[in-house]
Amino acid sequence: MSEKILNNLKIKVWRQKNAQTKGQFETYPIDNISTDTSFLEMLDILNYQLVEEGKDPIVFDHDCREGICGTCSLFINGRAHGPDDDITTCQLHMRKFKNDETITIEPWRAKSFPVIKDLMVDRTAFEKILQSGGFVSVNTGGVPDGNAIPIGYDDAEAAMDAASCIGCGACVATCKNSSAMLFVSAKVSHLARLPQGQVEAARRAKSMVAKMDELGFGNCSNTGACEVECPKGISITNIATLNREYLKAKIAD
Amino acid sequence: MTAINSKIPEGSLAEKWTKHKAKIKVVSPANKRKLDIIVVGTGLAGASAAASLAEMGYNVSAFCYQDSARRAHSIAAQGGINASKNYQNDNDSVHRLFYDTVKGGDYRAREANVHRLAEVSGSIIDQCVAQGVPFAREYGGNLSNRSFGGVLVSRTFYARGQTGQQLLIGAYSALNRQIGKGAIKMYERHEMLDIVKIDGKARGIIARDMVTGEVKKYGAHAVVIASGGYGNAFFLSTNAMGCNGGAAWQAYKKGAFMSNPCYVQIHPTCIPVHGDQQSKLTLMSESLRNDGRIWVPKKKEDAEKLQKGEIGPNDIAEEDRDFYLERRYPSYGNLVPRDVASRAAKERCDAGFGVNNTGLAVYLDFKYSIERLGKDVIEARYGNLFQMYEKIADSDPYTGPMQIYPAIHYTMGGTWVDYNLMTSVPGLYAIGEANFSDHGANRLGASALMQGLADGYFVLPYTIGDYLADEIQIPKIDVNSPEFEKSISAVQARLDKMMSIKGTKPVDYFHKKLGLVMWDYVGMSRNEAGLKKAIALIADIKKEFWSDVRIPGDQGEVNQELEKAGRVADFIELADVMTRDALNRNESCGGHFREESVTPDGEALRNDEIGAYVSQWEFQGEDKEPIMHKEDLKFEVVELTQRSYK
Repeated sequence: MSEKILNNLKIKVWRQKNAQTKGQFETYPIDNISTDTSFLEMLDILNYQLVEEGKDPIVFDHDCREGICGTCSLFINGRAHGPDDDITTCQLHMRKFKNDETITIEPWRAKSFPVIKDLMVDRTAFEKILQSGGFVSVNTGGVPDGNAIPIGYDDAEAAMDAASCIGCGACVATCKNSSAMLFVSAKVSHLARLPQGQVEAARRAKSMVAKMDELGFGNCSNTGACEVECPKGISITNIATLNREYLKAKIAD
Repeated sequence: MTAINSKIPEGSLAEKWTKHKAKIKVVSPANKRKLDIIVVGTGLAGASAAASLAEMGYNVSAFCYQDSARRAHSIAAQGGINASKNYQNDNDSVHRLFYDTVKGGDYRAREANVHRLAEVSGSIIDQCVAQGVPFAREYGGNLSNRSFGGVLVSRTFYARGQTGQQLLIGAYSALNRQIGKGAIKMYERHEMLDIVKIDGKARGIIARDMVTGEVKKYGAHAVVIASGGYGNAFFLSTNAMGCNGGAAWQAYKKGAFMSNPCYVQIHPTCIPVHGDQQSKLTLMSESLRNDGRIWVPKKKEDAEKLQKGEIGPNDIAEEDRDFYLERRYPSYGNLVPRDVASRAAKERCDAGFGVNNTGLAVYLDFKYSIERLGKDVIEARYGNLFQMYEKIADSDPYTGPMQIYPAIHYTMGGTWVDYNLMTSVPGLYAIGEANFSDHGANRLGASALMQGLADGYFVLPYTIGDYLADEIQIPKIDVNSPEFEKSISAVQARLDKMMSIKGTKPVDYFHKKLGLVMWDYVGMSRNEAGLKKAIALIADIKKEFWSDVRIPGDQGEVNQELEKAGRVADFIELADVMTRDALNRNESCGGHFREESVTPDGEALRNDEIGAYVSQWEFQGEDKEPIMHKEDLKFEVVELTQRSYK
């Protein structure tokens, strides 16, 4: 950790009062930021200054600040979660920036994720997709012993790879079509790889895809941009799995 | 009010839960449909409870401050979940898990609650597997286990370094299934601001819609608080930024006792504080202590050179490294419980052997296990944790040791509950980290997930029926009653008051100031003079807050400063009771270390004569000193001994 101090940063950020009003960029200067400071801590410091100056602080979503809850959702210098790979916004550190740099911050931009205020967007569309079938239909109790169903190491690992999705929405924000295919496919593949999930695989694939379409997410045109920006490295091979599961289900109809 | 009966069932320890279940009342399916339950918080405890209750037929409303139930902070638990499955054939059992938990908690938990926890632990694993939680597996297809601190068996189930996330996704998917069916009404981005009582019983809540700013009334036949812990009273902690003690604190002000608030867990393996621009600390899973060795230099001159950055860890010869946990605790070594590991790190750093520029860090070194097992094995076990460390600290743990230091992580104390998980307010329940019941004065690693899910899946769904069976004649709660009106007016008045102060200091100013007081005087090491000083300092902060806080913007919109202000106002009051509790407990136990109570070799000295109790703090009114009642702890099975990990 070799700490340096950054000065003369210009934070160009999207300000929008609410979903009904039009927004615009505002630029705020900030100095004396340690390179060991996280990006969101820099925003905390900026907000502290704004409050001291009697201005409205910038609204942004954040919570765990450990890269796992999926709440933070900033588009920084044209990239979802900013200029680093395999991280969420909260894991981005100021060592990725230079003195005098103008840093542009936007909210996720997608028709299905309307802006609530400034950088905060409404991702309830993801909730609705999962509520339509992203589960195994078991009630509490009355289930077999954990070791009763052996699951091969490779299947467990593959399911875990897909299950790592944190539901942040970077894939949708990055996709030029605002498609939710990576998100949906991660859930479908996670459960399809496990015997517990296979019982309802067909129903799940159909209802989740139908809900995704209904909510206005775009189609997948295989650009692979989603995979590049996914902080958890969810692979687009999951989309192939989803297509296969969906086709299988439709043929069986 | 006096101390309240904990309703621990009669009979031998191993039979209590079974007998109790047979005795308690059950609500018929037709009547469940007529009963409403509110669940506040959707972490492991809240989501599992809400889903299970809805599956049983109750009408459930669930509230969370996050934009999705899946984001509750249970998600950040890394290492694993304990269960006494004995899949490893290492002589684990319900009794051993029970015993380890009581001992790990330094004999300050209720035996009956802990035994029940151990009894249901196996079912939790079965449930999670059935939901599709991708636990780690062996090549033969069986579930894999690892070891955690404070135990001598391998009983921890895990899903890479993301166990909390995967378990929460399991509970959340069960929750989603019920939302999709219309059995649960989910309120995201809502914050509970009050409990409403009618005729002494909890009958609903007041919550603020964090998008529109609207404050609304919600009625129910019972209310369940599952809102987690209050570690953020310290400002810097491993908790999520939004974690707060608000719901539990409002419950306290409505008569729910607060128990053992001084029991705070300080986790030994966190990334050290780097400077004053920090808002949050990051945990490195305890599982790392399976394969990492903790050390500092033996020679002070080496430590000084490290602090100045003149040398690096790899410049220190093998014989000049002090593996102080292995030295002091040969039988448990690097896997001593968290409180012991944290204090040992503080002791070395206070003595001048810290290894970073602040002198407040020790090494966690994987060199030895990489030599023994190969980099591939270590990468498979901890890859995501190493990546996380590298992104934050800008240094590669495969080639040099991690730097770690203790940080606030979990609160064992919380809302007092009886054996049925009901608080001292009838109809109000507290589950998961929000209650005080199972971890005593120190929680063992991988037991938080176990307790949250035990309460939510397998305890509350049974015990709540015992209360609700007598409520079936009560019609839907009328939220236009005077009690609701009074409560919503009080909530509105408090919001108006905060907005109207229009002072000069942002909320964070007060939060940081409070955090420093708490860390310095109510942190890893406490003494009478310091605690008394803290009470006075906290009172000053409270006064300053209520006269000089500045909250910009309006109430009727997203206002994150207003949200923070309400939480910090609660933390200030909570901090006062935490400090009083610490002052009252004139012994060292678990995470509570009183400098006045130590053994000749500096270990924590428990005093069962004066300390074998659960404190029950009762609210007496704004700015009045609370009253403390005691629930005596009786140990029928476990013999109390001075905890030793040597």
